[in-house]
Amino acid sequence: MSLEQANGSKAAGTNEMVRAEKIVKSFGHLTVLNGVDLSVKRGQVVVIIGPSGSGKTTLLRCINHHEKIDSGHIYIEGEMIGYREVNGKLVEDREATIARIRSQIGFVFQRFNLFPHMTALENVIEAPIHVLHQPRAEVKERAVALLEKVGLADKADAYPHKLSGGQQQRVAIARALAMNPKLMLFDEATSALDPELVGEVLKVMDQLAKEGMTMIVVTHEMGFAREVADEVIFMDHAVIVEEGKPEQIFDNPQHERTRAFLSMIL
Amino acid sequence: MFRWDIVWQFFFSSFIFQAAWTTLWISVVAQTCGVILGLFIALMRMSRNRFLSGPARAYIWFFRGSPLLVQVLLLWDGLPRIVPDLLLPGWAVIVIAFSLNEGAYMAEITRAGITSVDPGQMEAAKSLGMRYALAMRRIILPQAARVIIPPLGNEFNNMLKTTSIASVIGLEELTGTAEIFGSPTFTIFELLIVVTFYYLLLTTLWGFVQSWIENRLNPDRLTKADLKEKKSWSERMIGFGSRTGKGGGTLVSGR
Repeated sequence: MSLEQANGSKAAGTNEMVRAEKIVKSFGHLTVLNGVDLSVKRGQVVVIIGPSGSGKTTLLRCINHHEKIDSGHIYIEGEMIGYREVNGKLVEDREATIARIRSQIGFVFQRFNLFPHMTALENVIEAPIHVLHQPRAEVKERAVALLEKVGLADKADAYPHKLSGGQQQRVAIARALAMNPKLMLFDEATSALDPELVGEVLKVMDQLAKEGMTMIVVTHEMGFAREVADEVIFMDHAVIVEEGKPEQIFDNPQHERTRAFLSMIL
Repeated sequence: MFRWDIVWQFFFSSFIFQAAWTTLWISVVAQTCGVILGLFIALMRMSRNRFLSGPARAYIWFFRGSPLLVQVLLLWDGLPRIVPDLLLPGWAVIVIAFSLNEGAYMAEITRAGITSVDPGQMEAAKSLGMRYALAMRRIILPQAARVIIPPLGNEFNNMLKTTSIASVIGLEELTGTAEIFGSPTFTIFELLIVVTFYYLLLTTLWGFVQSWIENRLNPDRLTKADLKEKKSWSERMIGFGSRTGKGGGTLVSGR
């Protein structure tokens, strides 16, 4: 990295939450991200749309270092995640460093991934107590408030398998929020839900966006994208094809591929 | 002629109590060491680092691939020749050999348990900022335990009976005691009957303990109120009842 680039990253870091530069990622021979750039400002809600296999979920997973990248840089508030530079070469960072950065990023999974051996409340308080070493009583108080916020105050003592998909996902969001993240990543958070349960989860996400949370949302819910997004990114075949304001992407798409995709799903 | 008087006399003698105690404590110690050893061997075996997984594979290969009796004798006869000054008592040799052997079996059982946990669990734990060791301890192993506990119960059941091998180096556990007292007086059959009963007693009691443990791990355990409302005493203690799902078990085998 040249000095100029380094300064650029640092300077942008004041208002820039996420910066991804020329991300390349492949699984075997299949290139899933082919030089993707991304910039997300503090408080921004960025929605990534695109057909299956376009690389949007992989991009999101790279931001949290759930996937290793082949080349490129990803910065969270100016700090590189997953790698550090040694003599101009990228080497994977220490586990402790990756864990520390991850603890500041909330990740919501398509399949919820709640801890099945813990109640809803225990799921929420687990990481603040054991990762951040915050006092149990204080964490519990906050967790109860968070469960209330996602409309599940009465389900605090329920185990995940006794909850509906929508309820599980709302607990998962509360669990992520309990860490006081500065950034929330949503990976098709409503795709595994029965249609009648999608609304309750989107409502929570909408509320979160209104409170100013920085969010990157991978979704197939175009209504949500149009309503909530500050910026919409359309991905196809491992690259970002088009990005802009929701009105621009949905009402006046510039690229043929964007038009084709939207005409198929709208 | 069958000597009932010998049976009764032996049944309540301090010798047999002592022998049963020896069998029990050797089993508990060896199984405990085996579980701990097995956990680390399993984690090594699953590591992407070859310098960890290679030795773990070799370990499992050796201890599962050769008879326990031979391993005991190797240690008993071989150790003094390798380290002449080291004169381990019989019980120590038995505990070490049994632990090493059990470690190999527990490693495979533990690995199966860990593998059975959805990979999404580790991802979720890591996304919350947990490191590998913490995620293992708090998230993965408690879930793996549900898969590990039933075969672990069988392992301990086996262990209680396998301790009879210790008799070959003269240890006075149940079987050894029967031989020592029975051979000179030609009452070995009577004494073996008593010993058999004691083995059954130990394994049966263990069956109860195991069912209790399995039920504690049951995700259906829910809240205390639920326990009262939905589960009878027998359901909770020995897993009998109409309820389906994990955590059941028969008395002796522990499955």
